[in-house]
Amino acid sequence: MNRIEQVFKNKNSKVLNVYCTAGYPKLDSTLEVMQALQESGADLIELGMPYSDPLADGPVIQHSGSIALSNGMTIATLFKQLKDFRKTVTVPVILMGYMNPVMQYGFEKFCSDAAAVGIDGLILPDLPQYEFETEYGAIIKKYGLDFIFLVTPETSEKRVKELDALSTGFLYAVSSSSTTGNDKDFGAVETYLQRLKNLQLNNPVLVGFGIKDKQTFESASKHSNGAIIGSAFVKALENSSDIKADTKKFIANVLA
Amino acid sequence: MKQTFTSPDTKGYYGKFGGAYIPEMLHRNVEELQSKYLEIMYEKGFREEFNALLKDYVGRPTPLFLAERLSKQFNTNIYLKREDLNHTGAHKINNAIGQVLLAQRLGKKRIIAETGAGQHGVATATVCALKGIECIVYMGVKDIERQAPNVARMKMLGAKVMPATSGSQTLKDATNEAIRDWINNPTDTHYVIGSVVGPHPYPDMVARFQSVISEETRWQLKEKTGSELPTHVVACVGGGSNAAGAFYHFLDEPQVQLVAVEAAGLGVNSGHSAATTQLGTAGVLHGSKSIVMQTEDGQVVEPHSISAGLDYPGIGPLHAHLFDSGRGKFLSATDDESVQAAFNLCKLEGIIPALESAHALAGLNQLQLNEKNVVVLCLSGRGDKDLATYMNRMDA
Repeated sequence: MNRIEQVFKNKNSKVLNVYCTAGYPKLDSTLEVMQALQESGADLIELGMPYSDPLADGPVIQHSGSIALSNGMTIATLFKQLKDFRKTVTVPVILMGYMNPVMQYGFEKFCSDAAAVGIDGLILPDLPQYEFETEYGAIIKKYGLDFIFLVTPETSEKRVKELDALSTGFLYAVSSSSTTGNDKDFGAVETYLQRLKNLQLNNPVLVGFGIKDKQTFESASKHSNGAIIGSAFVKALENSSDIKADTKKFIANVLA
Repeated sequence: MKQTFTSPDTKGYYGKFGGAYIPEMLHRNVEELQSKYLEIMYEKGFREEFNALLKDYVGRPTPLFLAERLSKQFNTNIYLKREDLNHTGAHKINNAIGQVLLAQRLGKKRIIAETGAGQHGVATATVCALKGIECIVYMGVKDIERQAPNVARMKMLGAKVMPATSGSQTLKDATNEAIRDWINNPTDTHYVIGSVVGPHPYPDMVARFQSVISEETRWQLKEKTGSELPTHVVACVGGGSNAAGAFYHFLDEPQVQLVAVEAAGLGVNSGHSAATTQLGTAGVLHGSKSIVMQTEDGQVVEPHSISAGLDYPGIGPLHAHLFDSGRGKFLSATDDESVQAAFNLCKLEGIIPALESAHALAGLNQLQLNEKNVVVLCLSGRGDKDLATYMNRMDA
């Protein structure tokens, strides 16, 4: 049983996944942030690889990526930073990023290096289903990595089932059709999540986009296995002089 | 669908380039387009409305003009395909009309677009005004500064111009912002992409709307020379929409040499260039796999060209395939060479070309031409919008 499966075996609801950007706020704060998240009670960590043109991300995460890039973050640097991270971080870590930098690094080399340092899964929102099925899925599987697809309120039931069948680890339910960090009314989301729940999917479902505090975390968790916090946490670290304290404070407020 | 140069496969691939590398949030919209675009655009009523607007509103067919003094200079026969004489001043209107009519048939109420030089933004704003549809145009802050007349035109036409402040603040970033808008407005909005870039079906759809350029060229050339086929077709390439249109009906005529001229900026190896096929590698940008200017780490780099319309770090997947397969010949012209070529055309033919089209003209210097050759050069736009740049160069 891999680390992600273990999380959902131990905990069926209110699973908290927190997104952070590698190399942000400082180039070498990647590990510190991950350790602080684990200590504060995050169940999973989604580690974002910065990209110059992050189409699915809103201004907050995009800005953190720009800072990380100007700090000098690259995929090669990230793998160096992660070389011994499993000595201190035991929660599952999922790398999130975009196809172009991964292709440039070499898709197979990327999967191999990710697996070697102890990464558990991948989220590549612009890797399409067709290319996953015909080319990349087999490589991801070869290195024992999970791959998490996104679904949205616009995704048809048939397609949700297809993407659920292709996903391993969990399914990422985008709460509303938007880029990350977008503030939309959360009430409408609940019917959508209930609809997903009724489909009796193979994978646990984590809800992302628009989750920013205790209230949104709990209402998202009501109809799913948990939620993902991204922009709100990135914002909390923006001018942080004490990453550990600020992370603790942020997560404590969510889990209070 | 069998893949040819004029038609990608069902997944949108031209050779190894194309596809639809989009986040799930765009899936429904893109899939809707994929499944309906061909049916809608070849439906009889659509063709009639599209063709009538091209004729009576845009002023098509555009002339194919034998530029005698320019021909003499190059010791050959050069025909200018006068897309600069279209309403709004460039070829962009062909595609804008097509896509807005298509959006109406899809029941969309809101149009968004990106623009670099402003020509596509003006064209889209124009068609939206004509049809009474809300129009929002994303434009890089830098381009807003250097293309002020077109910004004013868009505003006068009732469009809302949204400045793209991220990244290099040019066409690439305007495209990112437009895509984000589409993600946030998934039901009522159609995104009118202005070039042969983006996820499938955009490259094919835009190429087909622009193919009217080469469709006319064939019969016009036959009238003038007795043959439908030139020896060369020359066009500038940023994303590549005017080139796709000018090449389209010659793609499967191997005896016709297709010449694409990219923007070399201050020089291909100066670090300030937009010559994508020379500087780029395979990658994914704005939803398709193509050739992309990027760092070793896969970060997309900020290109440079004096021409805002060519200032783009990618190229349409059709062109990447033309380059990769050797079917197209790819040249590049610097800022200076292009400005000189523009002044040369003014002096010899009394035509002020857009800076984009000036790159195609500058490409002529690099071809070995003789008196037997028949060259069709796509004069994609007029130079009114570039007068400030030209005036600066005249003083110097």
